[in-house]
This record gives sequence, structure tokens and C-alpha cells, in this order.
Amino acid sequence: MNRAHTVRTALLRLALVSAVCAGLALATGAAHAQAYQRQPIPPYEYPAQAVEVTELDELVAAGLRQHGVSATYPCSDEVFVRRVYLDVTGTLPEPEAVEAFLSDTTSDKRAALIDELLESDDYVDLWTLRWCDVLRVKSEFPINLWPNGVQAYHRWIHEAVRDNMPYDEFARQMLTASGSNFRVPQVNFYRAIQGTEPRSIAAAAALTFMGSRLEGWDAERQAGMEQLFSRVAYKRTDEWKEEIVHLDPAPAQAFDALLPDGTQVTIEPHQDPRAVFADWLIQPDNEWFAPAVVNRIWAWLLGRGLVHEADDMGPHNPPVYPDVLAYLSVELSDADWDLKRVMRLILNSAVYQQSALPVSTHEDVEALFACYPVRPLEAEVLQDALVQLGAQPPSYESAIPEPFTHVPESNRTIALADGSITSQFLEIFGRPTRDTGRMSERGTEPSDAQRLYLLNSTDVHNLVQRSRIFLDILLEHEGDPLGAVDAAYLTLLSRHPTQAELQAIAAQFQAREGRPQPKKALEDIAWALLNSKEFLYHH
Amino acid sequence: MWIHEPPPTLTRREALRRGLLAAAGLAIAGAAPGRAQMPAPKAKSVIQIWMWGGPCQIDTFDPKPDAGEEYTGPLNEAIPTNVDGIRMGQLMPNLATMADKLAILRSVTHGVNAHETASYIVQTGQDPEDRLVYPSVGAVVSRFKGYDGAYEGQIPPYVVLTKSQGRFSEAGFLGPNYKPFVTGGDPNRNPFTVEGIVAAGINEKRQRTRRDLLHALDTLGNLMSRNPQFEDMEDAEERAYDLILGDGAAVFDLSQETDEVRERYGRNTFGQSCLAARRLVEQGVPYVTINYGGWDTHKRHFETMNQKLPQMDQGMAALLADLSERGLLDSTIVWWGGEFGRGPKVQWEEPWNGGRSHHGACFSTVLAGGGFRGGVAVGESDATGSEVAERPIHPRDIIRAIYEQLGIDPDGHMPNPRGLDLTVMPPSEGGGRLDEIL
Repeated sequence: MNRAHTVRTALLRLALVSAVCAGLALATGAAHAQAYQRQPIPPYEYPAQAVEVTELDELVAAGLRQHGVSATYPCSDEVFVRRVYLDVTGTLPEPEAVEAFLSDTTSDKRAALIDELLESDDYVDLWTLRWCDVLRVKSEFPINLWPNGVQAYHRWIHEAVRDNMPYDEFARQMLTASGSNFRVPQVNFYRAIQGTEPRSIAAAAALTFMGSRLEGWDAERQAGMEQLFSRVAYKRTDEWKEEIVHLDPAPAQAFDALLPDGTQVTIEPHQDPRAVFADWLIQPDNEWFAPAVVNRIWAWLLGRGLVHEADDMGPHNPPVYPDVLAYLSVELSDADWDLKRVMRLILNSAVYQQSALPVSTHEDVEALFACYPVRPLEAEVLQDALVQLGAQPPSYESAIPEPFTHVPESNRTIALADGSITSQFLEIFGRPTRDTGRMSERGTEPSDAQRLYLLNSTDVHNLVQRSRIFLDILLEHEGDPLGAVDAAYLTLLSRHPTQAELQAIAAQFQAREGRPQPKKALEDIAWALLNSKEFLYHH
Repeated sequence: MWIHEPPPTLTRREALRRGLLAAAGLAIAGAAPGRAQMPAPKAKSVIQIWMWGGPCQIDTFDPKPDAGEEYTGPLNEAIPTNVDGIRMGQLMPNLATMADKLAILRSVTHGVNAHETASYIVQTGQDPEDRLVYPSVGAVVSRFKGYDGAYEGQIPPYVVLTKSQGRFSEAGFLGPNYKPFVTGGDPNRNPFTVEGIVAAGINEKRQRTRRDLLHALDTLGNLMSRNPQFEDMEDAEERAYDLILGDGAAVFDLSQETDEVRERYGRNTFGQSCLAARRLVEQGVPYVTINYGGWDTHKRHFETMNQKLPQMDQGMAALLADLSERGLLDSTIVWWGGEFGRGPKVQWEEPWNGGRSHHGACFSTVLAGGGFRGGVAVGESDATGSEVAERPIHPRDIIRAIYEQLGIDPDGHMPNPRGLDLTVMPPSEGGGRLDEIL
């Protein structure tokens, strides 16, 4: 780090911990890290596995020392390949890709895989989905973008993700957009809000770009923020459901406004107050803009933010590691707002590449990132994984509102544009409603309905009985049950079975009466692995 | 430490069985709902026949035979019922014999003609507002009368037959624990395959051997058995297996009913859904929605009425009669209605060629059982069924009345995850409390 960089990081850190002293939110423990209390557990960890320690890791390590908590072992290549595919592309790795990665002996193969996945089409689909959750892309109640607006907005977001549009530009284009909801996609930011009055708009802007809840601000700053959006207006056209977002006529004279950091500004009659806000927001040293998006990315990759809830930032809720958030924020603005830069720093870090099995007994071991936090696969990702394994592709359609939406079966679920598309599966598995754009809308609690579906639904029974993939495994490994089991493990869990697992399988099937029935046996094994936590969770 | 610890004990699971939802409720700040002043509840369960798309008031419960062909189309007769002064549409002869059990509300109004917003208003009683999406009636009943309340059944407390309706999130801000259980399948088929509970072709022995295999092969799960998320998942799995392997699922086995009973309800999906609903409330399930679609008749309106209304008439009448004969009608509210009614003036022109549009200005809703007074028609529409002539009824007062019968104080505190100071329902509007039927 050069000197200017260091100074800026320090300043940002100061801002992030202002008002209340951070670090006290979690109890500090012994002053030194505990020694490892157990041996590595294959196949999730191996004794010889080493991961390079980055600058980011040193900052996390310093934080862990303060809490007296040990980080766990690095994850194995088997765990890494599955994890990075699911976190970056929302897609299960094909068995061939797993084997190629496992047999690759080059030392930088993890970094190379990260680079490859960040350039994939699946990456674009998954991260578009994540932004569409935040930006509330939904045709129906209570957002009511309507299908045409959804398509325009989704396509624009998809292109921005594909082109890795600098994040300052991404935000500024939305905040300053005017025009038709069908023709200027960015204006849908102003339409994807429950309510059109300045307060609702101000709250949406604060949540989206500052990771902050307007209702927690003091009254003066709330009023100031509302004023910045007080001239946004909407009008209908002759085209059905078209709406123009515009500024109502300029006031006769300049007026004073208050920016969220307390700065007084005078807005001239010719000025768009939204642009005044946007230009203030996207400054490299703005204490909200970069940390908010860095924290979201951290949460998307590691299951929870450095600030948790990830979009409830502010002095009342300090980050677990302010230095890490400050470091990544400055890296982002220094890299001309290249979001992939932040993703690479996180994905290549030892903290990301830890095992999910903790060594520390600390209650907050996941919140402290002393292990990789497990969390369920997202509804859309799980649906795609089942289809990849041979389940009947869902047919998505919506007959209300018009124009009717029909999604071709070849479309992946992570590429669905419209959060309103009716799907019992996605409802059960926690798809966010996109009503508010809050990260917590995505359900992560396991439910009885989820278990019923996976244990006993027609879809899952049909999958294990009829999938072309398992039938091929049977054909290819006729008379070679070990080979068939191995192929099933690679396909479902992205790894080979352990000796203990092979013994457990042998014990189960030797106890069965009658002559062996390989097809039924493989059905049962596939069903069991599909229902295992290793399959259902990011780990 | 999460690793190498024994799995949670049965006792803990049992405790969780009833406590999980309550635990979720612990995070929900606020006082217990103010029920002190509430009289003892009359109703225990609700069967909601959700006529989504918007059924026509004129062809059903508010006939206008004198309005002329322009309004009635070919369905220009009204038939007398077993209550003097109440007439119904000509395609509902069975319901006409049950009018003494019905409270027919003929002046319901909210003025909204968009499906999504109207669905929200009719099923939550709330006007769409800024930052909150309110829960539907089913989710609210599930919150007060389900596992947080006295309900202990295995079948989830809020069941939807057979398809989810979509449009808006039924659980609203209450969150995923209060979403309905959607059965899937078709009760008019044998067996009625209830998604996740009743699977064709997997016998109990195979279910059990698979379960053993799953436990043996859940390597990561076994290593991390004390991870809080994995513990929750294990608890959910226990409850799921209680349903799959236990006898609770028998409630969906309609073949336990005699052919005579099944015929009485009508051998079609709606009729058999009514029968399934009766079996569910008999088991104490507090809220059942029958999502009955196909009423958004912009085109071919009269063909659709001729085909669908006889099925509706038979199924709903059988449900009311059967509930009544079993002594269940007094404790079961049957709520019939959609998000709005239909345009009273028939659209004969292209491209509709005999259709009816959306109509939120004035439409009908029916309540029966659960302590409501029957044999009454409340409110009046004008001569053509277009506008409210007398006693406007806002959907929120229908919901307030349902809550009153269930012993849920409509003015009590509405628990919510954000700890906001919310009431269960906004105050009465229009003509106010439905004193006529309470």
C-alpha cells in the first residue's frame, strides 16, 4: 500500500467505527490465538493443504487474535471447487470439471479457476439475480413494474453485470435517469418502489446504495434526503402501462438542501437534485457507498456480511472487522469501481478458502469468520442443480399481468427476470419476495415443507428413478458397483466417496434380502446424497 | 463444539415440535394480543373458497333479471330460495336450498379493478402502503390459531388446495413460517398425491431403509450435528417424517369416504377439494383455502358460467350440508368470494364477444357458519348491479367479522418481526361493523 492509500484506509476505518466503539459488539477473548484442537478431517480438509495468506487475511487474523479465536484449517480442493462454482456461478460443477481440477498440479489452480468462473455466462446470470433482488425486479404487487418494465430493467442489469460496469456508473445511471420505463431501463429504479413520494424514494436510495435504513436516521437528515428526491415525478402516456419518470418543473429559485453527511448545498434551478446526491455519493471517500457494496459482496460470497444485517450499516451496527471493510472499500475505489476486483480479493483469500468445520468452540465462530459459514443453496440455485441432475425442468409462466410471460424450458432458473413468476418450489425454498430489496428477504431457515419436498415429492422420486444421468452411470459401470457409487458421488457431491462411506453403503445393501438390484440401489444412494446437508448447503 | 457431538435427543425434538414456530415468535416483539375483552370464540376453522379471477355477482348471488339482456345476457332468470325475499342466479339450484345458512353480502366495494391490488385488499383488508406487505387472513389465523396458539395437529395449520395462487406473498411480513402448505395433486384422482406427504410407488419399508441410508451417508451433517442451522434442519426432517410415516396423512385419503359422499360433492376437482376441506377441518386444521380459478371471464363468459357454476353449486352446497349434518358448521366459517366482481354490462363487441370486465365498485361475498347469522342479504346494489345502492361493505369489515368469530381481536396487536406497533386490522370503513350477521 502506498502512503495515500494507507491514509485513506485509516480515515475510512475511523468513519466506520465512529460514534460507538466497534469491536465491543462481540466479547473479546484471550489475547492470543488458541492452538488447533483437532486434526484435519478428510475429505473436507487435508494436513498438507496450504493457502497463501493475503493482506486481507492479515487483517482478519488480527481481528481473530483480539477475540482469542483460531481460524480453522484450509478447505480441500474438493470442497473448494464445489464452493467456488456455487458461490460465483450458482451452478454445480460437472464431474469432468471436478476431476480436471483435482488432478491439476499447478500451484495457482485455485486463482485460475476463480478467474475462469468470473468470466462465465453463469456468473452473469447469478450476479444479475442477486442485483435484481436488491433492485426489486418484479412485475406484480406491490412493486408493479409490469412485465415490459421487468424485461427492460433486467436486461440492463444483465448487461451491466456482463460488462462489469464500474459501480459508480451503475449507481449514477440509475439515480439520475429520466424517461420511459420501457425505453430507459434505468428509470425503473424509481418505479420499483412501494410508493412514489419522496420519502419512499429516499428510503430506497439509502438502502440500495448506502446499505442504510432511512428510518434510523435523525429527523433532520431524513428530511434532507427526502428533499433530494422531492422533484421526482411520474406521468402516464397513451401506451398501455408506460410511465415517464421525470423532474417536475424547475423551481423559480435556488434552494438549500442537506446531504446525508450533514453538508449544506445550494441547488440551482437548472440542477437536478438527484445528480447532486449521486455526485456526492460516488466520491471515493464517501463513507457509505463503497463499504455498502463491499459488504454486500462479502455477504454474497461468505453468507453474512462484515456488517450483519448486510444492509443495516451505521454507527449502531459496526462491522466485525472495520479494517477489512475499509481495506476492501479503498481497493474498490482505487480500482475504478471494478467489483470483480473485490470478488477476486475475497475469493483468493485464506479466509474464504477455510473449511466449514471450525476448530474454535467460540459461539460466534461463523460471525467471526473463523470458518466458512454454511448456508442453504438459494432456491433458484437448488432448482437448477436438480434440473442439471436430470429433474424435469419447471415451466415458468404467468398469465397475469399482460403481456403473458412464458419462459422457455431451456432457461435456467437463476436467469429468471421476474420475481413474480409463480413457482411453488421457489416459494418453499425461500426466494425473496423483492418487496423491499432487503437482503433478509431471502429465506434461509429450513422448513418442514422443504424437507417434505426433498424427501418425498414426485419431482424428486422421478429424478432419482428416471434421470438420464443415473441411467448412464448404471450402463457405464455395469458389474462395477464401486465405479457406479464413485460416479454418483462425483456427480452429486463433487468428490469421491470415503472408505467409511463405501463401507456404510456395503453394509446397507448386504443386509438386504433377495438378489441385488443395482438400479434400485443407485436410486436410493442418489436420493440419500441429494438429501444430505453436503448437497443442500454451501459449505 | 459442533463436531463429534451426539445428535439432539428426542425430547428436545419433541419440545421443538411445538416450539419452533413459537421460538420464531419470540423474536417478534410486542405484547400478547389483547384478547381480554373478547367474547369466547364461536368459530374454530375457516374454509375459504377463493374465486380468483373475480366471479360475476349478477350470475350468482345478486341476480338482476329485470335489468335486461344488456346486463343479464342469456342467464336472465332468478330462482327463489328457501328464504323469502332472497333470490339467486338460475344455475345454483342446490345453493338455493341452503340460503337459510348464508349471509349474502351484496354491496362489497373497494373500487379497484386490478387483480393484484384487489387480491391484496380482499385478502388482507389493508390498503397497499409503503413499506409493509401485510399477511393474508390465512397467515394471520395461522399465527393466532396455529402452532403459536392451541393447534397441535401434524397437518400444517394453513393448507391450500391444490395450487398456490401467487400474485402476492400470503405470509407478508410474518415470514416463511406462516406460508400455506400447498397440497398439489388432484383430490379427484386416486390416490390424491399430496406433494411430499403421499408419494405413489414408495412403500413404507423403502422409506425407512432410505432414511437409514441417509443418516449413514450424511457425513458432513454428522460431523457438524451441533451447527444451529443443521439442528433446525434435523428438526424439520423429524416433523416431515412424522407426516410421511405417521397416520396424519390419512386425512387426504378420500377413498375412506363412501362413494355416495364423494358423488354428493361432485366428481370433479372442486367438489373433491370441498370434501378434502371438510376432512381437514374435522381434524382441527384452522384454515383451508380452496383456490378455485377460472373466473376471469373476459371472453366466453356465459359458456364458462354454464360449465362451472353447476360444479360450484353442487360442491359448495354439499360442503355446507355435510358440515351442518356433522355439527361442524357452527364452528366452521365458509367464506366465498373473489378479488372483485364482474362488469354488469355484457361486452358483446370485439374482441370480447360476450365477456365481462373487472368490477371492484360493487360485488358479492358470502359467509356461512361459524356463528354468522344465515338467511340474510346485507346491503343492496343498484338496479343493474353496478354500484352500491345501500350499505357499502369494505372487505376489511368482512375480515374483521371473521376475526371476531375466531376470537382474534381485530383491534389487538399484530405481532411482527420488526417490532412495529401495528394492529391486526385497520378500523372499520364504509358502513362499519357487520352487526347484521354477527
